[in-house]
Amino acid sequence: MRIRIQHRTAYIYEEPAAAIIQVLRLTPRNHEGQRIRYWRIDMDQDVQMQSGEDAFGNVVHNICFTRPLDDLTVTVQGEVETHETHGVVKGTMERFPPGLYLRETPLTQSDVALRKFARDRAGKGAVLDQLHKLMEAIHREMEFNTKPTDVETPAAKAFELRSGVCQDFSHIFIAAARSLDIPARYVGGYMLRTDGQIRQEAGHAWAEAYAPDIGWIGFDPANNLCPSLTHVRVSAGLDYLGAAPVRGSHQGGTAERLETTIMVEHIGAQHQQQQQR
Amino acid sequence: MLSRTADNLFWLSRYVERADYLARILETTSRLSVLPAAYAGDSNEWTRALATAGCLNAFLAIYEKPTAETVTEFLAFSEQNPSSIRRCLETARFNARAVRTALTQETWETINGAWLDLQKMDERDMVTNRISRFTEWVKDVALRIDGSGYRTMLRNDAYWFLRLGFFTERADNTARILDVKYHILLPESSAVGGGLDYSQWTAILRSVNALTAYRWVYRESLKPWLIADLLILNEELPRSLASCYKNIVECLDSLAGAYGRQGKAQRQARTIRTSFENSVIDQVFQTGLHEFLTSFIADNNRVGAAIIEQYL
Amino acid sequence: MYLADIYGKQTCVKAGIVPEDLVWRNPAYRPEMAGVAVPHGVYVHIAGVDIVRIDADDFYVLEDNARTPSGVSSLLGGREICFRLMADLYGAHKVAPVDNYPDELVSTLRSVAPRGTTDNPTVAMLTPGQFNSAYYEHSFLADKMGVELVEGRDLFVRDACVYKRTTEGPKKVDVLYRRVDDDFIDPLAFRPDSMLGVPGLFGAYAAGNVTLANAVGTGAADDKAIYTYMPEIVKFFLSEEPILKNVPTWRCRDPKDLSYVLDHLPELVVKEVHGSGGYGMLVGPQSSKMEIEDFRARLKASPETYIAQPTLALSTCPSFVNSGVAPRHVDLRPFVLTGANGMKIVPGGLTRVAMREGSLVVNSSQGGGTKDTWVVEL
Repeated sequence: MRIRIQHRTAYIYEEPAAAIIQVLRLTPRNHEGQRIRYWRIDMDQDVQMQSGEDAFGNVVHNICFTRPLDDLTVTVQGEVETHETHGVVKGTMERFPPGLYLRETPLTQSDVALRKFARDRAGKGAVLDQLHKLMEAIHREMEFNTKPTDVETPAAKAFELRSGVCQDFSHIFIAAARSLDIPARYVGGYMLRTDGQIRQEAGHAWAEAYAPDIGWIGFDPANNLCPSLTHVRVSAGLDYLGAAPVRGSHQGGTAERLETTIMVEHIGAQHQQQQQR
Repeated sequence: MLSRTADNLFWLSRYVERADYLARILETTSRLSVLPAAYAGDSNEWTRALATAGCLNAFLAIYEKPTAETVTEFLAFSEQNPSSIRRCLETARFNARAVRTALTQETWETINGAWLDLQKMDERDMVTNRISRFTEWVKDVALRIDGSGYRTMLRNDAYWFLRLGFFTERADNTARILDVKYHILLPESSAVGGGLDYSQWTAILRSVNALTAYRWVYRESLKPWLIADLLILNEELPRSLASCYKNIVECLDSLAGAYGRQGKAQRQARTIRTSFENSVIDQVFQTGLHEFLTSFIADNNRVGAAIIEQYL
Repeated sequence: MYLADIYGKQTCVKAGIVPEDLVWRNPAYRPEMAGVAVPHGVYVHIAGVDIVRIDADDFYVLEDNARTPSGVSSLLGGREICFRLMADLYGAHKVAPVDNYPDELVSTLRSVAPRGTTDNPTVAMLTPGQFNSAYYEHSFLADKMGVELVEGRDLFVRDACVYKRTTEGPKKVDVLYRRVDDDFIDPLAFRPDSMLGVPGLFGAYAAGNVTLANAVGTGAADDKAIYTYMPEIVKFFLSEEPILKNVPTWRCRDPKDLSYVLDHLPELVVKEVHGSGGYGMLVGPQSSKMEIEDFRARLKASPETYIAQPTLALSTCPSFVNSGVAPRHVDLRPFVLTGANGMKIVPGGLTRVAMREGSLVVNSSQGGGTKDTWVVEL
């Protein structure tokens, strides 16, 4: 399936920011389930971008502006071809053994309630089985709601509220899996909506967990499915912070306002529609 | 030198200077307020003191009525007033502590000693009975900090940033005193004459430590335009605007020399200084004393901002 | 070597020398460091090794400190005071000088500047600021070293290089002797709420344009759980026996060791793996029955977070206390500097004294004192 993505983020400063520095994780890499046809990051202001790779194999761009800016728009666009792998993720850049992904981070710390939930819902079956049960349970018992949580909400808190967004769903899944000694990690990316809606408010996030003999498998607890053709994997990390599309800081200037527009469309579908017309 | 160090030095001296200025306002106000009402004038002297200190609104947000007690409390000791004398000295000491190694032992000990003394003071007692002892003490502290710097510090960038703070703040303060009382300096009001104006004029001179200086310079009785001349244009008077700018320009030139580079701050300060050199007081009165002072205060702020932008 | 390995090829984990989870799940391990080439391959530029003597010739390593060992100002200050009090003694003995420590430290730090920097690299010391309890040591040391003491807000990153803001404009910094913990050095890489760090610092570090001393993530080599594996680690990399022995240690994560420890609690010293400063430990022979039972419960609840050691007869040193001169227990922390051109050990060290009679806890945060330590040429 061919998916075209355009992701625009505009930063608007009421008073110009004296300096801005950002770390971007906005570039997907090939693996067996996806091939990048083309990909580019554009800034509407002149800047030098330093690219590199972090410890988790994500492509990282560092940018910094040292002159005052009123606004800044970052546009990412590209086309990705996805292949069906039934959620299994192979051919990714792996620097660490799965054991590393048992580490707890502040965002994915489990508490007593969450650990009990994990034990009760996952049951005693094979790891793959446990993970599916966990995903279903999270999907069933959590309410999707953008209001109560934000990017800093840790898993245990979102679980207590029983609501949140895909980030919270993923953190809960990760925390629960790790509490069962199953390595798990956070994945950031884009998802093509099946209802035909192209314009989206935010990027997507899901989780990957490691099952012996199979390897890394994607789990999308917000949609209760294993990511396949519709998911474009961009970055991975121990939690949201490790995989965050943008981590930045600005000096001076007041009240940074963000405007994000994301368009994810199926190129074949558009093609078909055109043909039908 | 680290920008932060320069920043601390600059604000350290600005706050010391402000504390000294507040002490002088308190002193002259309490002197005026004990005069018989006929001489002291209609409006409340304590309200005017707050206006001179630039914190009338802040005061009214906390207290109802300006009285000797409330204003003294507010200007001298209030924790809620970020520029009360107490808070000024605290902030000065905080800045000094951050740059201890850039100060000489003597300067640091003077500031720290003052802060320690302040902790031991009984404020209630001070407000009601011994405010003049307190203001004397504050003036003395400012003298000693200024003097210890003058006598012990190396003449390098640290010293110049410290000086810049003193003079920038001092120019602002002198301009504010004049501005709050400008109406009694206007020529037409001198027709009113009499004891009332005379005591106000004396108060102005006292608050900038210039009563004796006036007699030395002009050798005649108090004339409002001469008072303005002394405080604005006379380079010999240490608190005049012209003198402050003479010093600011010197400090900035020393910095430019040491760093081999000059910028906006130097240009702006030199422009102001030149305008003082080419002015006579009649001209100032013609364009309007209030307008002149308002635009000076704005210019002085711009120089402060340019210093901050360029170095800090 | 161990650090280069766990952040690189990971051979010693794969060979089973150190259990996987002690590495990967160690909070002091920084996955972000994997694949980062540290300048000149040096991770621990300044190490403090706590050594104890238990009889005439037996010295043991009690603990390694590879993060940012403190106490150098006490070492220098202690010498200064003793020199004033007993100047004649120094004349009578050949006491090796320690005053050159700050100079040695600076030259060590200069030697590890990133390749390609100028002949005269700029060193600065990064402090959390004047509200930090060790600020005095920071400013004291920076003064003695003749380097600028900077806070996070004095620095900024541009095009992957670190600069300090000065009155003469931005000046590049090549080596940062940092006294800010890993967690706080860069809000873009670690804790996002940190106000003490420099946004982008880690990016500049990973790009190889600035040296951090010590490196990020060195704590993964000095915690008390890894300590117990140190003899094996030394053998694995060097094929040699370590010269300084470790104190025999029971790992409570191991069920056999745990049951031994539980049976012998009154004789042992039990420590938390991630504890420091002498907190969260049990000194068996000096504890009441209740304290021991309390600790037994904690041990059973999470055995993997504890280790146990025999109660050592720490050597004592005559000390001047209220009642006169009396023996007090001591340990010794020499400081080891590692630069591009090898290691140096300052001839002296921080000798810590347990001021309470009989006490074995020498940590300064628990009322321990310090002593001037001489290395005498005979």
